Amino acid sequence: MSVTIQDLEKIANLARLKLNEEEKSKFLGQLNQILEYVEKLNEINTDGIEPLSHSLDLVNVLRKDIEQASLDRNKALENAPKKNDAFFRVPKVVTK
Amino acid sequence: MSARKTVEHIKNREISATDHLKTCLKNLEQTKHLNAFIRVFEEKALDQAANLDRRIQKGEATGPLAGLVVAVKDNINIAGELTSCGSKILNPFKSPYNATVIDKLESADAIIVGKTNLDEFAMGSSNESSAFGPVKNPHNENRVPGGSSGGSAVAVATGSADVALGSDTGGSIRQPAALTATVGIKPSYGRVSRYGLVAYASSLDQIGTFGKKTDDAAFLLQQIAGYDNLDSTSADIAVPDYNVSLENVKGLKIGVPKEYFAKGLDNEIKSGVLSIVEKLKTDGAEITELEMSSTEYAIAMYYIIATAEASSNLARFDGVRYGLRKGDEDGLIEMYGQTRSEGFGDEVRRRIILGTYVLSAGYYDAYYKKAQQVRRILKNDFDKAFSACDVIVSPTTPATAFKIGEMVDDPLAMYLSDIYTVSANLAGICGISLPAGIHSDGLPFGIQFQAKAFNESILFKLGNYIENNL
Repeated sequence: MSVTIQDLEKIANLARLKLNEEEKSKFLGQLNQILEYVEKLNEINTDGIEPLSHSLDLVNVLRKDIEQASLDRNKALENAPKKNDAFFRVPKVVTK
Repeated sequence: MSARKTVEHIKNREISATDHLKTCLKNLEQTKHLNAFIRVFEEKALDQAANLDRRIQKGEATGPLAGLVVAVKDNINIAGELTSCGSKILNPFKSPYNATVIDKLESADAIIVGKTNLDEFAMGSSNESSAFGPVKNPHNENRVPGGSSGGSAVAVATGSADVALGSDTGGSIRQPAALTATVGIKPSYGRVSRYGLVAYASSLDQIGTFGKKTDDAAFLLQQIAGYDNLDSTSADIAVPDYNVSLENVKGLKIGVPKEYFAKGLDNEIKSGVLSIVEKLKTDGAEITELEMSSTEYAIAMYYIIATAEASSNLARFDGVRYGLRKGDEDGLIEMYGQTRSEGFGDEVRRRIILGTYVLSAGYYDAYYKKAQQVRRILKNDFDKAFSACDVIVSPTTPATAFKIGEMVDDPLAMYLSDIYTVSANLAGICGISLPAGIHSDGLPFGIQFQAKAFNESILFKLGNYIENNL
């Protein structure tokens, strides 16, 4: 499998990253080189092997449903590049 | 002087916390050009030290790390201070809360001297991907110190701090420790709370410690380890006493996996590491040869799993809640794109793209699921190995520190420098790197010992033994 420039553009867009032409050609070569390297995993037979997502034997760590203090709203807003009263402000989403 | 002794002397008033801090600050100032620190808290640290000295004079009780000078990797949040992660995208982000490890350091009366430089978002093995410029290796300033916790390693190597906190996702503590002749431990997955550590790859990330000697790293880990209900992946397993030693190594079973000594390893490093193994054998350790065939696939697995998790974790940097924001006038989607493209450097963008690709429809099974299946095979390999031995020995890295700039355009070659360290993260076990000698090129190299999950004690025992007896 080899990534094309169209694939790269599609992925970059999904990841909300912009690449200029020079970056596209550099990244494309490097990406294909890395993907070619990781192909070596196909040398291993994994039929019937359960995937391992992390090393601890933990499933669904839950706490009791009791109200707890959390970060103060004003503090949470302190780092926002733009805000309106109690809200984060983003550019207009709906256009006419 | 050891970290343990330093605290003892400060508590006994043989030295003052202020004088001790000033010594560190002087070392820091003299090695400033190595670029190990992104921010230094000189005034605040001096105030804390003076306050501590007053309390000690009054005979008040002080914490177990009283006056110990600690450097903190700049991907760990300290309330009221900037966290940069070595990136432009978090400029500025002032953390509204403390990481759990910082709460613990503060209540133990440690003095935090500054935040250390790192590869951007801890992605790298050389510290060159930092937006704040590369860190230089004190043993040769044209060489990298390793990464991603290169700043923390150099802070300890130069005596700018007694000990340091780093994070290790695929070798980011052990590799820079090896390249700077310091000791670095990656604790088991779940041993230390990651609340307040900026996430890179959540199934692999772990906070760990650096020291000049094994016991320094152990002494600091003692204070930060343990269960935390703010981190659902922290393990509810008691933390044993890490102030441990070994009378002798008789009967200790040391596994030597042949795959860790295969082609690609520098000859001098190989013989240096094997001569330590030989000495341990002379002292009574039992040496077992191991076969761990999954080792060869560790880097491939790692770069699928780590980048997949990174692509998800780094989605939060979108210009809305903190940090950089660009392209506001061009609408929401455009704002995301411009912010992320200006904010992230090359290595971070490369990993996000790779991670997005391996998770995308049609490729998930071929890459991500496959890597997770091989990850289980690797973990089984370790389980089997630890049924036959107590520790696994290997070099920490296949070569000594490379030149700054040498590998920036060859990411795959750089990735392969983590060949001996990534497996511990994938398997969730613990690993330590100890200085193992100086190469004929004048640069240090390290020896790595790995032990089964939550068995850090054996690594500390062995490290102390090697330092005292070999």
